Amino acid sequence: MIFYAYSILLLPLIAFIVQMFYGKKLPRNGDFISVGAVVLTFAMAVALLGMILVLSDPEFHIRSTFTWIQVGDFTVTMGIYLDNVTVITLLVVSLVSSLVHIYSIGYMEGDPGYARYFGFLSLFTFAMNGIVLSAGFFSLFIFWELVGLSSYLLIGFWYHKDSASNAGKKAFIVNRIGDVAMLIGIMLVWSVVKSFDFREIFAAVGAGAISQPMLTTAGILIFGGAIGKSAQFPLHVWLPDAMEGPTPVSAWNHAATMVAAGVYMTVRIFPLLTAGAQIVIAYIGGFTALFAATIAVTQNDIKRVLAYSTISQLGYMVMALGVGHYMAGFFHLVTHAAFKALLFLGAGSVIHAMHLGLEAAGDHDTDPQDMRNMGGLRLKMPVTYTTFVIAALAISGIPFTSGFLSKDAILSGSLAFALAHPHHFLLPVFGFGAAILTAFYMFRQIFMTFHGKPANKTVFNHLQESPQVMIVPMGILASLSLFIFYVFPSFNPFTAHGWFESLVHKPPTVAGKTAADLAVYVEGFLEQAHLPTMILSISVASLGILLAYLFYQRHRLNPDTWAEKLGPLYRLSYHKYYIDELYQRGIVSPFLFVCEQCAIFDMEKYDKIVIDGFAVVTRALSRFSRWIDDVIVDEFLVNGVGKLILWAGSAARLIQTGRLQNYLLLMICGLILIFAFVVF
Amino acid sequence: MNHLTVYLVLSAILFSLGIFAVISRRNAIAVLMGIELILNAANINFVAFSRFGTTNLDGQIFAIFVIIMAAAEAAVALAIVLNLYHNLKTVNVDDASTLRG
Repeated sequence: MIFYAYSILLLPLIAFIVQMFYGKKLPRNGDFISVGAVVLTFAMAVALLGMILVLSDPEFHIRSTFTWIQVGDFTVTMGIYLDNVTVITLLVVSLVSSLVHIYSIGYMEGDPGYARYFGFLSLFTFAMNGIVLSAGFFSLFIFWELVGLSSYLLIGFWYHKDSASNAGKKAFIVNRIGDVAMLIGIMLVWSVVKSFDFREIFAAVGAGAISQPMLTTAGILIFGGAIGKSAQFPLHVWLPDAMEGPTPVSAWNHAATMVAAGVYMTVRIFPLLTAGAQIVIAYIGGFTALFAATIAVTQNDIKRVLAYSTISQLGYMVMALGVGHYMAGFFHLVTHAAFKALLFLGAGSVIHAMHLGLEAAGDHDTDPQDMRNMGGLRLKMPVTYTTFVIAALAISGIPFTSGFLSKDAILSGSLAFALAHPHHFLLPVFGFGAAILTAFYMFRQIFMTFHGKPANKTVFNHLQESPQVMIVPMGILASLSLFIFYVFPSFNPFTAHGWFESLVHKPPTVAGKTAADLAVYVEGFLEQAHLPTMILSISVASLGILLAYLFYQRHRLNPDTWAEKLGPLYRLSYHKYYIDELYQRGIVSPFLFVCEQCAIFDMEKYDKIVIDGFAVVTRALSRFSRWIDDVIVDEFLVNGVGKLILWAGSAARLIQTGRLQNYLLLMICGLILIFAFVVF
Repeated sequence: MNHLTVYLVLSAILFSLGIFAVISRRNAIAVLMGIELILNAANINFVAFSRFGTTNLDGQIFAIFVIIMAAAEAAVALAIVLNLYHNLKTVNVDDASTLRG
């Protein structure tokens, strides 16, 4: 199994290297290498799933670690950790990856960066598998950053578009904020435990190595990384902008896998979380779920709606983990990956068709992503329509879909939590509120896009269904949005009792008694919360769908008049609560102002006074030294010596007459002098 | 004033005359004659020291050697002067300046 795990990790890396160096020289720009690698990892993940199903041991795990760095008593171990959660996540990641790779063959056809695109996809797959397989914080963080990097590369894939390259930078920088918090958290743990390995950390924390307040701080800080990566409030701003990337990338990175990395990481560190950290996590998740859903309601860009929907659903997962319903959070991660990827692929299919349609109609100004320019598409794109509706039903939480099971589990978890701790009644309110809105905005999107009258008849006539290579992955994902795959071998569509539940058990907490109490309470109330949750969630979902139907299909209620009636609320939602503007005004502008002041200080003061001053002094000094050089050294010493020798030479020349007798005379004189000297 | 002093004075006068001849004369033959005077001044010294000193006949032997050498030297020098005359039609040493750098 370890061999499979290492292959799953390294195959995409090999594909990335081959693709980057030889991609353009290979036939078909080498797409078969990336696609082949990822399909192979999927096959291996299926094999792994088969093994854990046969074992069906909730405690199953294997580790393979090695020492990477050893300096004195500082040791970093790297390695692979494989348990049921890892295998299921690997399966989800590799499945969605494979489908998106295949879909991309159609979607990216003819793009000049085709080879580069697949190379980046492989890099991303490598990094994502690395996160999933990491056995410790150190390798987790490395792969975490690699995911950030490849996400940056993919969002800014069409780098010649300013909006795309800016979105890439935004995603990277906003993620960095969370990552710094995470790094501090990791260091906090390391400073006490002196280890990055999960198992050793859990053992040490279980033995009480870290004090409760410090553990809470560390837990929240590490969760900060998940806030960034999983786009939780207040670091959610990068995800909607990330939709500038190619749509398959949005479907994959920014809906199914990369954003799930934050949730997955929270799942991994779950035993570490104290009661305090859990409450913070639950509130951040719950608030994000409702907050993002209210924004999604008013957006008109087909991908932006889905982006906010993703943020909202991630909020659900985080809330589930926060209230201690471990299985529900992770379950939603798995089901959401399938139907959200499907929604994005459907949106991509629509955009692809709209793009071609607009081009055929000679219209280059209309935005192919604006839902107001669509309408009636179900007649032209029946497969896209059907799969989109299935996914929308799943995300709204309608029975017989996977979304119903996981969402129901989360909502009952939050309700159970509120029953156990009545003062936290806000959490289920967030949850159910978001559920109404989810159903509403999803069906608003369907009615606006696929129903009603076409906005532009010429464009509509040019529309056609997307190619097979795009349709087939959507069909597969649509079938995976049905409940049956998740409850097997049970056939009850209303409860998630099946292989999944039996394989994913909440790990025992190591964070102390209070966290354990918190969990026990929730477990105790789960049964009690189940039935009311089911009734409530089905009714709120139906209510949302009904509202969308009345607004956008029957036009019984006019969206515009209601928008006017709700006035400020509508504008708040339409402008995304002005969060971007707030960051712009509150953080970016002051920061830029400080930067500019620094620049001015640097240019005006520092440069003019210190640097220029140095220059003036240096010039004076060099003038002086030049004077010394010219006058003293050159004139006096060099030329002086030359002249002296010249003069001495011409003086000595006078003696050298060439007459032997003169020389002789001088010799005699010298001899007489020597005699005189010796005698007297 | 003993006998040795007389001889030494004679030799000194001869030597000085020889030097004077070598330095002042322009004629190569006269210069050669000056050299002969110098050599013979030295010979007188040799013989005088030998006669009045404690030494044996070394001085006289040396004098004979010097005379032989002077003869050889005179022969060579006269040959040179003759050649000089052949080439330059002069025996004036100042005009024989072809080796001057």
